[in-house]
Amino acid sequence: MFGRLTLDALPHDPVTIGGVAGGTVGLLIIIAAMTYFKKWGWLWREWLTSLDPKKIGVMYIVVAVIMLLRGLADVAMLRAQQAIFATSPNSPISPDLFQQVFSAHGTIMIFFVAMGVIFGLINLIVPLQIGARDVAFPLLNSISFWLFVAGMVLMNVSLGLGEFSAAGWLAYPPLSELAYSPGTGVDYWIWSLQIAGVGSLLSGVNFLITIFLMRRKGMTLMKMPIFVWSVVTSMVLVIFAFPILTATLAMLGLDRLLGMHFFTADMGGNPMMYVNLIWAWGHPEVYILVLPAFGVFSEIVPVFSRKKLFGYTSMVLALIAIMILSFTVWLHHFFTMGAGANVNAFFGIMTMVIAVPTGVKVFNWIFTMFRGRVSFQTPMLWFMAFVATFTIGGVTGVLMAVPGIDFVVHNSLFLVAHFHNMIIGGVLFGAFAAYAYWFPKFTGFRLHEGLGKVAFWCWLVGFLVAFLPLYALGFMGAVRRMDHYDASLGWQGLFIAAGVGVLIILLGVFFQVVQLAYSVWKRKELAVGPDPWGGRTLEWATSTPIAEYNFATLDAVHDRDAYWTVKKAHEKLSAQYYDIHVPNNSGYGALIGAAALGVGFALIWHIWWLAGVSMIALIALVISSTQRTDVEHVITAREVALTEKRLRGKRA
Amino acid sequence: MKDAVEEKFLFNKTTIGFWLYLMTDCILFASLFATFAVLRHATAGGPSGSQIFEMPLVMAETIILLTSSFTCGLALVALKARKITQMVVALASTYILGAAFLTIEISEFAKLIGEGNGPAHSAFLSAFFTLVGTHGLHIFMGLLWLLVLVAMLMRRGITSKWVRQMTLFALFWHFLDLVWIFIFTVVYLMGVAK
Repeated sequence: MFGRLTLDALPHDPVTIGGVAGGTVGLLIIIAAMTYFKKWGWLWREWLTSLDPKKIGVMYIVVAVIMLLRGLADVAMLRAQQAIFATSPNSPISPDLFQQVFSAHGTIMIFFVAMGVIFGLINLIVPLQIGARDVAFPLLNSISFWLFVAGMVLMNVSLGLGEFSAAGWLAYPPLSELAYSPGTGVDYWIWSLQIAGVGSLLSGVNFLITIFLMRRKGMTLMKMPIFVWSVVTSMVLVIFAFPILTATLAMLGLDRLLGMHFFTADMGGNPMMYVNLIWAWGHPEVYILVLPAFGVFSEIVPVFSRKKLFGYTSMVLALIAIMILSFTVWLHHFFTMGAGANVNAFFGIMTMVIAVPTGVKVFNWIFTMFRGRVSFQTPMLWFMAFVATFTIGGVTGVLMAVPGIDFVVHNSLFLVAHFHNMIIGGVLFGAFAAYAYWFPKFTGFRLHEGLGKVAFWCWLVGFLVAFLPLYALGFMGAVRRMDHYDASLGWQGLFIAAGVGVLIILLGVFFQVVQLAYSVWKRKELAVGPDPWGGRTLEWATSTPIAEYNFATLDAVHDRDAYWTVKKAHEKLSAQYYDIHVPNNSGYGALIGAAALGVGFALIWHIWWLAGVSMIALIALVISSTQRTDVEHVITAREVALTEKRLRGKRA
Repeated sequence: MKDAVEEKFLFNKTTIGFWLYLMTDCILFASLFATFAVLRHATAGGPSGSQIFEMPLVMAETIILLTSSFTCGLALVALKARKITQMVVALASTYILGAAFLTIEISEFAKLIGEGNGPAHSAFLSAFFTLVGTHGLHIFMGLLWLLVLVAMLMRRGITSKWVRQMTLFALFWHFLDLVWIFIFTVVYLMGVAK
């Protein structure tokens, strides 16, 4: 009846029980509060079923922030183990749990934090920047989001039922095969990523079509805001790379489910092929995450330097060059696998080549600041920290691109420090900059500047304290994913320093939470108009709060910095309103996500009847979602005029 | 009227979006093809392709699928000419041919598994079953889609939405045909070549 699912699946060790209990209590409090304040209907109508990309974007970010907190809790456990207990035989975290925790940390941070933040940002900003009222396929957008949520839920269910993968964030076989990981952990990993990955793939198609076919009249490709360009390149990578992930996960799943031999160590299977396939997805994935972050900085630097972006064309070309080159470097993740000197040399050189367009971008940002009137507000601080840390990460990356050096530092903490430099310094700092920059556009008030600066300094200092010791430890021979080491090695001091760094980062997170709460509390005093920074692109031309339809009129665009030119020329937007069609809410996204969750859960636990029922439900829902008739409703020209008067009149 | 139909066929978000989706599917198949190419000699003591492939049946499958693509094309031509009866006949032929293809494939699979040469037998067989089976799964989805199209047609007649969906289905079906030509060549012909 329940496949492999028995009472044994409940957690046994005190650390996990604590985590599950905490999570459950938190969830129950939220459910109770929602019920007490009778907010369920509101939540369903206003948010969960909404097809408005502005709301879907916010939901992505909320999920990502919750997952960020879990990922941080995981890493706090890892560093506590390494700093305090690693030299003693007795530690509260067993080796098996330690492996699960670092696997979960990596999986969560990449798939459910970084991807969530990036897709959230794209949803919020892209339609506005191209002057559109919606995305190309609103329902598909909602389905993508709910598949992302389904993957996230599945991943977190592993905490309370069964176990999570102990095979690292990319689950290399043969360790991840049935012979060595017989439990449910790797299956949780496979199916949560498979479901979320399909969501990302659909989003990639959706946003490419949105950008290519729904731009405002007059906005040629070379007049698009640079953030939109960064999203184009990132989404092209999504549609090229994610199918490889889907195929690879499916094959690993078939190995485990039907006893096939794609990647097993026997019967002709080839584990090295998995490593090639997963990195043929995995390396582009890094750029999927970081290119939009580049786009964010390319928006912020001109605005806070009061100059137009230096070298727009070279920025675009650099993005495209990175997009293409990112498919030619994947082998640098496994120089040590033994592909031979010539193959290693080729991929080593390509890896160094990809640093060139990235360098072009760094210089362009700096030249944009040159002789500008730079104001050092929080978004700009994040940018400066990004340039410094990302350059350190880039230099260490080029160092490791030399196969001979890579053999020395492969799988060491040097590598761990390198990619955290890229992902925290690049993606996360980019996300924080975007948060400070665009927050007032969507809420009507800005975040408290002083608290933001405190949080920023905690993050920057904490980041350096947490990761610079890892470079040294890597050189000293400390490998990644290590829960015990001999005290005589003398590593403990550096590990303690790294642990202190994590504490400082946590302090930064604390100040970010305080900043948000304080800003909401003082929102009257922090209130700003629709264009608080002197923005250059179209999103700042909307009213704040932004109307459901984004733009009341669709005036043609003449210039790259579309809104800047309009402001300079004191042009009036046309006041002739027409009827606007907006999509109706739809519950299909949530239902399809639930069905996908059912399929994943059933396949993990071998509950075949549930797998069949959920699969049929999934197909039926997809078919029925294509047969909807009441897809949109009309906001009449009169209502538009009234709304505009209400929203604009306030501070006109 | 003709112009409106023409426009629905070519330039709209849905059609171009579907093209993009097909490209992603193409890469999915490319990954499976690459895997098959790596594993095709990894028979682990089990049978190789030349020992288990029954080429007459495969040839029949190929002809059937290519013909179904042809009838699918005829259906579109009939739709453009507004000859509804012809279109329905062409679609019915497409469905029957597709179902026949799938039946042959399933019986081939069943026979192999019955002889003890199932997908768990060797890496080569895993790759073979997965590549060909993924194509078969797509054909199954296509047949399901065709049924939905027929149901839509019977309920509401030819609407612009139906025309759009029909165009997408045709794209999908031709795409599967194309993939099959590669499977026929890479898996079967190269598999039996000495």
